[in-house]
Amino acid sequence: MGYIRAKDVLVEFRIYGASSRSLKKTFIRAATGGVLAKDAADHPIVRALDHVSFEIREGERIGVTGHNGSGKTTLLRVIAGAYEPLSGALDIQGRVASMLSVGLGMDMEASGLENIYLRAAIMGLRRSEIDTLIDDVAAFAELGDYLEMPMRTYSSGMAMRLAFAVSTNVPADIVVMDEWLSVGDEEFSSKAQKRLRGTIDKARVLVLASHDLALLKSNCTRIIRLDHGQIVSDQPVSAYS
Amino acid sequence: MNTLAGPRSISLAIRDVKDGLLNVPVWSMLAWQEVRQRYRRSMLGPFWLTISMGALVAGMGPLYGRLFGQDLGEYFPYLAIGIVVWQLMASLINDSTQVFIGAEQYIKQIRLPFTIHVMRMVWRNAIIFGHNLVIVLLVLIFFLPTWAWWAPLSILGMAAILINGVWIGLLFGLVCARFRDIAQIISSVVQIAFFFTPVMWKPEMLGRHQWAAQVNPLHHLLEVVRGPLLGARPSVTSWAVVVLITAAGFAFTTLLFSRYRARIAYWV
Repeated sequence: MGYIRAKDVLVEFRIYGASSRSLKKTFIRAATGGVLAKDAADHPIVRALDHVSFEIREGERIGVTGHNGSGKTTLLRVIAGAYEPLSGALDIQGRVASMLSVGLGMDMEASGLENIYLRAAIMGLRRSEIDTLIDDVAAFAELGDYLEMPMRTYSSGMAMRLAFAVSTNVPADIVVMDEWLSVGDEEFSSKAQKRLRGTIDKARVLVLASHDLALLKSNCTRIIRLDHGQIVSDQPVSAYS
Repeated sequence: MNTLAGPRSISLAIRDVKDGLLNVPVWSMLAWQEVRQRYRRSMLGPFWLTISMGALVAGMGPLYGRLFGQDLGEYFPYLAIGIVVWQLMASLINDSTQVFIGAEQYIKQIRLPFTIHVMRMVWRNAIIFGHNLVIVLLVLIFFLPTWAWWAPLSILGMAAILINGVWIGLLFGLVCARFRDIAQIISSVVQIAFFFTPVMWKPEMLGRHQWAAQVNPLHHLLEVVRGPLLGARPSVTSWAVVVLITAAGFAFTTLLFSRYRARIAYWV
């Protein structure tokens, strides 16, 4: 099952500056009386998603594009479940794999093996599920005996390979990705691409954010363009050719 | 925007707590990893904490026993257990302020119940406390305080402290994510509270001012662990206070957490 429906989703951030995010000011404001109403106006508000509505059905491959700060990452984080919209309705059906940061939760002092467990557990896998995929991850990451070594002894390429191997091995209905992942040297890279392609093909829904229109055109079925937190266009990819 | 927590947000909050508590593999793994990370490559690992605390207790025992004119055989176990339990309470409170701020990376990337970050903190402190229990055991063996059949009640007391750590973590974590200087206030208050709580001294020493200890909830939390181990009769008052603050703490936290749970991701 993979289905997402967003209706009038609003996400906005109040910017609490270093000094205004303090109790002192709230107290002083409360004490000076009558100014409390200004509270909301006191902090600048950034509207990251401005009443966004869309529906993504099973099988769709969505590309999200737009300038820096247009709300792409925020949209992905909303779909990943990190930000709950301040208002509007959001319905997500299916297991979401957030590939916003593949190395999340990995610990440089722990061994590669421990990190596989750590990372996969954070992504929602049970221990028994992890046990079954551990050989596959180990083989794919090509780390051999290094798997028993602390991750700090890895080169950055090796660390990336491990993180990538785990993240792409978690079965998911909805894959959320910020820019196309690419890792490793040339040889590994093509293997990684094949792997990533496999994960994505298995997923029911892909939401991929990128600046690269060509990339979106070749991987997606539909492209949503954001600007200032609003959807300015939402068309099938065929409309772009 | 409504100012009260609606039924929907309350049920979402309760689900967060339930899912968080039940996800034992993740929080226990994260907690262990944190403890290990701190002591990786050191031979004694977390026992370094035990050793430094043991040294503190060993030094303070005779000194304060003398200052207060106490019989060392009785005072030393009192102080040792007191300090070990105080350490647990103090670090639960202090670490609470960072549970969500410190988990920013997780909170912004992935959907996990917020309670997982709290449980990770509580469990980490439970692990460290477990190491420090060695001191309590040694003291009990060497000083052989009056053994009473109700001594195991003390384990229930330890559980009570850890359970209170859950709402404290949710509450302080939430408030400190929004108001960053509250953490500073809390750590000062905890520091001062050490002297105002009967850790080093006994309530009886206050004479007719014993109320000063009785009104201190931390005293009762400490007493439900320390009392039974030293042979004191289980104190109905202390247990009543502990049950009361646990219930009140969870009730108040539920209200606040329901109202602001969804905001935490925006604040960290």
